[in-house]
Amino acid sequence: MAKLKNIVELEDVVVKFVGDSGDGMQLTGTLFSDTAALAGNDLATFPDFPAEIRAPQNTVAGVSGFQVHLGQRKIHTSGDLCDVLVAMNPASLRANIKWAKPGATIIVDESAFEEKFIEKAGYKTNPLEDGSLDGYHMIKAPISLLTKEALSEVDIDKRMAEKTKNMFVLGMMYYLFQRNLDKTLDFILKKFQNKPEVVQANQVALKAGYNYAETVEAIVSTIKIGAAPMEKGTYRSITGNVATAWGLLAAAERSGRPLFLGSYPITPATEILMELSKHKSLGAKVFQAEDEIAGICSAIGASFAGSLAVTTTSGPGLSLKSEAMGLAVITELPLVIVNVQRAGPSTGMPTKSEQSDLFQALFGRNGEAPMIVIAASSPASCFHFAYMASKLSMEHMTPVILLTDGHMGFGSELFKIPKVADMPDINPPLAKPNDPDFKPYRRDAVTLARNWAIPGTEGLRHRIGGLEKTNIDGNVSTDPLNHQLMVNIREDKVMRVANYIPEQEVMGETSGDLLVVGWGGTEGMLKSAVGQMQNAGHKVSLAQFNYIMPLPKNTAEVFSRFKRIVVCELNKGQFVNYLKMTHPEFKYLQYNKVQGLPFHVSELTQVFTKLLEEK
Amino acid sequence: MLDKSIEKSPVQLTKEDFASDQMVKWCPGCGGHAILAAVENVFPRIGYKKENFTIVSGIGCSSRFPYYVNTYGFHGIHGRASAIASGVKLANPGQSVWIATGDGDSMAIGGNHFIHIIRRNIDVNILLFNNQIYGLTKGQFSPTTPIGQVTKTSPQGTIEHPFITAGLVMGAQGTFFARVPDNNVKLMTEVLYEAAKHDGTSVVEILENCIIFNDKAHAEYTSRARRDDNQLILKHGEPMIYGKERDMGIILKGTSLYAVKIGVGGITEKDILIHDQFNPDPGVHRMLGRMSGPEYPVAMGVIRSAKSFTYDDKVEEQIEFAKKNSKIKCVDDLLNSGDTWEI
Repeated sequence: MAKLKNIVELEDVVVKFVGDSGDGMQLTGTLFSDTAALAGNDLATFPDFPAEIRAPQNTVAGVSGFQVHLGQRKIHTSGDLCDVLVAMNPASLRANIKWAKPGATIIVDESAFEEKFIEKAGYKTNPLEDGSLDGYHMIKAPISLLTKEALSEVDIDKRMAEKTKNMFVLGMMYYLFQRNLDKTLDFILKKFQNKPEVVQANQVALKAGYNYAETVEAIVSTIKIGAAPMEKGTYRSITGNVATAWGLLAAAERSGRPLFLGSYPITPATEILMELSKHKSLGAKVFQAEDEIAGICSAIGASFAGSLAVTTTSGPGLSLKSEAMGLAVITELPLVIVNVQRAGPSTGMPTKSEQSDLFQALFGRNGEAPMIVIAASSPASCFHFAYMASKLSMEHMTPVILLTDGHMGFGSELFKIPKVADMPDINPPLAKPNDPDFKPYRRDAVTLARNWAIPGTEGLRHRIGGLEKTNIDGNVSTDPLNHQLMVNIREDKVMRVANYIPEQEVMGETSGDLLVVGWGGTEGMLKSAVGQMQNAGHKVSLAQFNYIMPLPKNTAEVFSRFKRIVVCELNKGQFVNYLKMTHPEFKYLQYNKVQGLPFHVSELTQVFTKLLEEK
Repeated sequence: MLDKSIEKSPVQLTKEDFASDQMVKWCPGCGGHAILAAVENVFPRIGYKKENFTIVSGIGCSSRFPYYVNTYGFHGIHGRASAIASGVKLANPGQSVWIATGDGDSMAIGGNHFIHIIRRNIDVNILLFNNQIYGLTKGQFSPTTPIGQVTKTSPQGTIEHPFITAGLVMGAQGTFFARVPDNNVKLMTEVLYEAAKHDGTSVVEILENCIIFNDKAHAEYTSRARRDDNQLILKHGEPMIYGKERDMGIILKGTSLYAVKIGVGGITEKDILIHDQFNPDPGVHRMLGRMSGPEYPVAMGVIRSAKSFTYDDKVEEQIEFAKKNSKIKCVDDLLNSGDTWEI
């Protein structure tokens, strides 16, 4: 009979599952998160896996991880350091112990700590015995061994039995967090519906893990995280890449313009291409091109032909697309370019995230080639910003770059499902058949957008292309004054988009001692850090930018009300330098980090505290 | 068969319907003028509505073409016409899509897109202006310049093996390849009509004269004096006979083609190979495409026109199938699919 255990109630907890690439940590983490979501927790997740598909087993290079931050309050980030670490082998423990809080609970598979694996992980001595983990609450469980024993009655081969150890540890976690097993049992049933013995093995392992945790004395207390206060509605969990794909689909549906995606696989953007490939029933045409250039060029062709055209990529691919982006600018065609940023330059660190493509997005083209630049700020926000990128691109007849990043693309959070009918209207300026006044570069007087004349429409035959054209008539021209006019118009058209985007919001008081400025994917960390500062009574506020080019109209006004401004970015200072160009009247401090890692809340609060002390 | 999914014009169009108001800025004597004339002849004959033609180009002299024809037109960037045209055709399958490109545009900077559009067999027609030189940049060698030729970037003669366009197209599993000289507008018009009828990527290599930077590059087999003896004009179902006296022919012996004189060494007309442009096996087509002087005539006309499914048809088929069979009919369905919960 199990002893009654203490219950510890917590506001929020960060849990990290780590193991070998083949250990099923992504699935384990996802199932754990889904069950937490069902219990009403708010949460955000982040998978952390190597670029290699199956690096050598039991090495640090082959470690795959999944982090989830859950809470009974609003959760902004997938968390910095973890409270609970589940490590399936020595290598994963070694690679992740630095991400565990002092005193964190660490569950290890003791049976994986054989001498050869300990050595392979790079340990000189067994960390479970040498006292190096004394500062943590260790739960050493012979997980592999216990799983094998639990499955002795199940008719299944040894390899398969071994693979269910992730369900065993998940069962232990469910006990620790006092979760209901039903959702996961049901998932197993559906996933392996044609293999009853696999269903049985996984279900038995899950329950065995739960029961083991209940009886084992090392677990002295269980953790309780209640339901988070959330707006009423229907929710789901969503990753940034899937949200981006769905936002594009929604924009296609609302605008009546069919979706065309021309893309080439590249980490961490590939998932958008894969996701849209699944949705042919919504009319999405997905073209896996021969290279990045063909990806964008096919999209430009599709845009000319009347589609909501999109190309998706990551930094190196954006470099390859540069010339074609200029073509979209000069032909004044709608085009959404999604750049899921990763650590550069060159191939850099494909699975690691940073914000270092901002200059490339703003300026990386030959000639005067301004483009709308928008940055999403969290996994679920990708839906909204992909939709807005599509809307602005079509309504203003100019290409848009949407910046997300690998962290956002792979990470997930809860998403309140909107109704497509409640999204803002999208009205592309389609030229009317046989319009006697039609000219390729005749413009709307307010937006300066030209009309979109779709091949096949009667009476609108016209030619456009990469050569400079006369305004209105659209004939090839090298006239100096016409070129100046067209350059000015293309810039003005983009700047006028400021009239169609929301004003910049400030989190916290609209005046104070310190304004923290961020953009895009750092939102969660900056919100958490600034929130902590505010709770501690400091006059610190946050302006997190999503609309970068053009900037919101009230940007200067927002900046003017603070004594100091610090711009925080995961690059060497690209946004701060852009602000120095666009708003030189302010003095900017900056905090930058380029490690392929997100900010940590603790490092940010330290920086802000120091800045406040300096004044 | 012309494409049934492209709407026909209710009235008979004429070449005037496709005449553009733009000044044609090619050099006098440029082969481009003949190509333009052939296209203006063939578009009305094809019979689609005039709004249902789109011409896409890359960069180079050839690529000014869209400005000179009154259709929907898109002048792209260097080498990318095939990629842009792929997007046009897939997004808007009701368009008859034509690409105007050159030897440098399609086989140097755009080589990758060129082979991939062919491999996919997207239903577009490629007019490949092959003048064996870079014209617009004023006389550098191209990927089809014959070995040893002196140009502005090969003062001692080129040291690269040129592409044989036919070989590249068929190596990329091309289903349609034709070749025409720029000085035979009648043949060009016939061939362009055949290209339009073909389901899939049609490549028409036009041996074009660049009067300024590579004059008479093709003269050995296209000049009035030499063409009868050095051109084999292929016609489906007819023997491969050529020569001023119509006494030369092509035979297949073992695994090779040979040029023979009828009446010499016991060769009769019955021994001469009959052209089968529809043969799915590209073996003979490849050999015909590679033939060159002095031993062989240069093959003209439709060399290969094999049936195969097109990428664009399959795209539509898959969408149709998914629309019929998927439970997800709109984005609201998608948003609410899978695991969701109420709070």
